[in-house]
This record gives sequence, structure tokens and C-alpha cells, in this order.
Amino acid sequence: MSVSPAEVAVVPDTAMPHARLVGVTRVFSRRGKGEDIHALGPIDLDLKRGEFFSVVGPSGCGKSTLLDVLAGLATPTSGTAEFEGRPIAGVPAGVGAVFQEDASFPWLSVTDNVAFGLRRAGVDPAEIARRVDYAIGFMGLRGFADAYPAQLSGGMRQRVCIARTLVMQPRLILLDEPFGALDAQTRLLMGDELLRMWRETGATVLLITHALDEAAMLADRVGVMSARPGVFIDIVATGWDAERDSRIVSHPRFGDLTGHLWERLRVESLKHLREG
Amino acid sequence: MRSALGSAVVVLVLLVVWEGLHLAVSNSGLPSPVATLVRLGVLLGDADFWRQAGETGRAFAAAVVLSTFAGIGLGILLGMNRTTGAVAQPILVNLYALPKVTLYPVVLLIFGLGISARIAFGIMHGMIPLTLFTMNAILNMKPVYRRSAAVMGLTPWQSSFYVVLPAILPEVITGARLGVSLCLLGVLIGEMFAARNGLGFVVMQAMERGDMPSVLAVALLLAVLALVVNAALLALDRAWRR
Ligand SMILES: Nc1ncnc2c1ncn2[C@@H]1O[C@H](COP(=O)(O)OP(=O)(O)OP(=O)(O)O)[C@@H](O)[C@H]1O
Ligand SMILES: [Mg+2]
Repeated sequence: MSVSPAEVAVVPDTAMPHARLVGVTRVFSRRGKGEDIHALGPIDLDLKRGEFFSVVGPSGCGKSTLLDVLAGLATPTSGTAEFEGRPIAGVPAGVGAVFQEDASFPWLSVTDNVAFGLRRAGVDPAEIARRVDYAIGFMGLRGFADAYPAQLSGGMRQRVCIARTLVMQPRLILLDEPFGALDAQTRLLMGDELLRMWRETGATVLLITHALDEAAMLADRVGVMSARPGVFIDIVATGWDAERDSRIVSHPRFGDLTGHLWERLRVESLKHLREG
Repeated sequence: MRSALGSAVVVLVLLVVWEGLHLAVSNSGLPSPVATLVRLGVLLGDADFWRQAGETGRAFAAAVVLSTFAGIGLGILLGMNRTTGAVAQPILVNLYALPKVTLYPVVLLIFGLGISARIAFGIMHGMIPLTLFTMNAILNMKPVYRRSAAVMGLTPWQSSFYVVLPAILPEVITGARLGVSLCLLGVLIGEMFAARNGLGFVVMQAMERGDMPSVLAVALLLAVLALVVNAALLALDRAWRR
């Protein structure tokens, strides 16, 4: 049997990065009203298939902008962005995102929120019910399936958004400070949920966070960004095995790791503070 | 349920104040609530009165339907773009504040003395709040809703229908509540000043005769109608917000 070129392309090439950014910058034009804002880059980044990559950086350094580029919601001003070997133009199929702000739809119940994307995609109702039920259970929303977002806490609403993304079965999941509003302890527990989700789905995960311990505990690699315009000043491999959970915070190497990250970030955060 | 109760309280308070006024200015021509209700009963038994009410009802319904469609449509168009929104906002606010009665002669000149002039005048009153509320609802909608829709694979049309529409609906309903009562106001003013039919005309005729019970009976009827419509829209709003 002959193998056509099209079929060759479908076979996942493990050597190929799952997503690749080369020299990506993003500049916001102010159309003459003051200086243009150079928000990001140049960024070079290879996300390996199935890895958990975390991004830390001072506030306003361009982290969300980076996510927008990967999600196909913003085109790079220069450079190229690829997902699964194809240039990113528009939102690529197979990419899911949870944003920094609460994006749960207040007019829909938790169940309808989670089912939303699948219904629009015309997936078979039985299949929708199965996936939605699973995601709601997985995210610990079982008792709130019929509740509306207004009745939920901020953390629960973000879990609704994560469930809503999971049911679409994305191969690359982008998370932008999904637990930014939570207290430190709850955040660690939600981190365990994220690790469980990551292991179960086998998806590639990019998590933006401002919590160094969160990044150090969750990620295979942590990218440290400079103050705006954000570039990666360091990419640190954590070396944890895949079965990790929040208990590794007491591992002797954990302190070294967060210490190292903070050392790299301190100068950049000071810059941000001074420039306002 | 609670809005129905609220409406009932409003009616009751009005009745008490009214009776008080009637007693305070006795013989000055302000009929009592009872006299008014009796007159209303008589009017409701009169076929000609129903014909006049029907005339007002037709103009009102047409004005509501047209200003709802036009107002929401225009609001969506203006709200899709920050610049058009910024330009339209002050214009609409000023039009809203303008005493539109001064323009009624112009409306009459364009539409003649028939029902269409009253419909147009109703629309002039009712459309602006709907346009303003719809436009601002779209401009103020959280951008993350559309972005979420996009990453879930929705086409722009799908997000307009399944995300933007439900997101702006509560504010559109608020605009509609204002718009509907203003439509009624516009239609009635139109009937009062240049018409041979409609409830506005009935009121003007009664005034010329010095028939105060009839004037108040019509006012009462319209007040109840306005309260019922408002309560219905409020209920719709509540059901939507949950
Ligand atoms: N649409 C836009 N127009 C102009 N400037 C923008 C726009 N979006 C972002 N910026 C600017 O680009 C820079 C990077 O923004 P971005 O939101 O990516 O930062 P961030 O790292 O996610 O910040 P935070 O940690 O606060 O979430 C900021 O200075 C921001 O003000
Ligand atoms: Mg951000």
C-alpha cells in the first residue's frame, strides 16, 4: 500500500515541536497618539508535545499577549507562530484557552456553560452529555451543575471555564492565571487538579502564573520573562517526574528552584515597579 | 410576583393621594376616585370609546414594534465600532433630552394628519433609549466573552447570536421598558394635538366640555396599561437574569 504525503503529515512527529514561536514580537500601534507600545518579544519558544510549560514574568510584560498569539487571537507584528507544523492564522483547531478574566457566561447554568462549545460544534447530544458530565465531575462541580455563575465563587467560575475548555478535548491548553484570585492554599490544591488533568488528557499545557511556587511545582519547564517588552531571559527545567503533586513543595530541591526563579525575576520586577 | 405587588402598592398610594386631593380642593373640579371609576365603567361600555382606544392601541403597537426593531438594529450597528459609538453617544443623548413636541409640526408636514404621523412621533420618543442602551451594552460587553467564543471554534455569526445577543439582553430590556412608555407618550401627545381619533383626542374633547371624570378615567386606564407593560418587561428581565 502506498502512503500518500497527506497521510504522512497526519502521523504525529515526536521530534517536531507541538507549537513553535520564532522571533515573535507584538507592537500595539497608537496611531500617532504617543509612542507605539512594544508589548512582547522577540520570543523564541518550542513547546514539546505533552509538556507542562509555565510562564512567569513581571506584570505587564506581555504574558497574555503571548497567549493571544498562540491562541490565534492576535497576529504577531513580526516573526512566525506555528501549531502542529502549520502557521497559526485564526484560532487553530485543537487549541483551548482559559483567560485571565472570568469568562463564564452568566446567562447559562454550569452545565450549559460547559456544553456550550460542543453544542455549537454540532456534536452528538449523547456524546455531549457524556463529556460534560465527566468534566463537571472532574472539576468538582457536581453539586453545582444547575447553578448559575452568579451563585459561584470566583475560583469555581474559573473551574467552569476550565471544564468548558476540557470538553473540547484540546491538544494544547493555554491557561492565563486561572487561579490568580485564589488564596495560596487553594491554589496549590487546584494545582493538583491541573496536574491530574494534564496527565489524564496528555495535552500540552502552557500555564501563565505570577506565583513562583505554582510554576515550580507544576511545570516541566519554567520560562522566565523580562519586563516589557517580555523576552525569555531563562528557561528552567524542573526535572520532576510526571506523577508529582503539591507535596513536592517540601522537596529539598523545591526551595532551590523557587529561589533561582526569584533571583532571575527580582531585577525585572523592580524595573516594572520603577517604571510604573 | 413581587413586581405585581409593587405595582399594586403604587396604585393604592396614588388612589389615597388622589382622594386626599379631591377632598382638599372640593368643588374645584377634581372628581373623586369613585366618580372616576364609575365614569370609566360607562366609557368601557361604549363602543365608540373602544374604537378610539383601538386607534391608540394600533398606533402604540406599531410604534413599539418599529422602534424596537429600528432601535436595537441601529444600536447594534453603532455599537460594533468604538468610533461610531463615541460619535453617536452625545448626539443620541441630546436628541433624547430635546423636547420633541417642538418637532411635531415637522412630523405632521411629512406624514400628514393620519395615524402614521402619530406612529412616527411615538418612534421618535421610544427609539432613542433602545438605541442608546443597545449600543452601550455592546460597547461595554466583556471582550473576553467573544474571545472565549472564538477559541471554542464559533464563527463570528455564531458568537453574535449565541454570545453577544444573550449578553446584552438585560440592558436591551431596560431600554425597551423606557422605550415602550415613551412610545405611548409620543402617540398620545400626537393624538392630543392634531388628530380626530385616539384616546388623546378623547381626552382633549372631554377637557373642552369640562368633563373631568372622563379625562381622569382615560388617564387611569393608561396608567394601568403602562404599569402592566412595565411589570411584564420587568418579569421578563428577572426571568432572564435569574
Ligand atoms: N490592546 C492593547 N492596546 C495597547 N496596549 C496593550 C493592549 N493589550 C496589551 N497592551 C499592553 O501590552 C503590555 C503587555 O500586556 P499583557 O496583558 O500581555 O501583559 P501581562 O504580562 O499579561 O500582564 P498581567 O501580568 O498584568 O496580566 C502592557 O503594557 C499592556 O498595557
Ligand atoms: Mg495578563
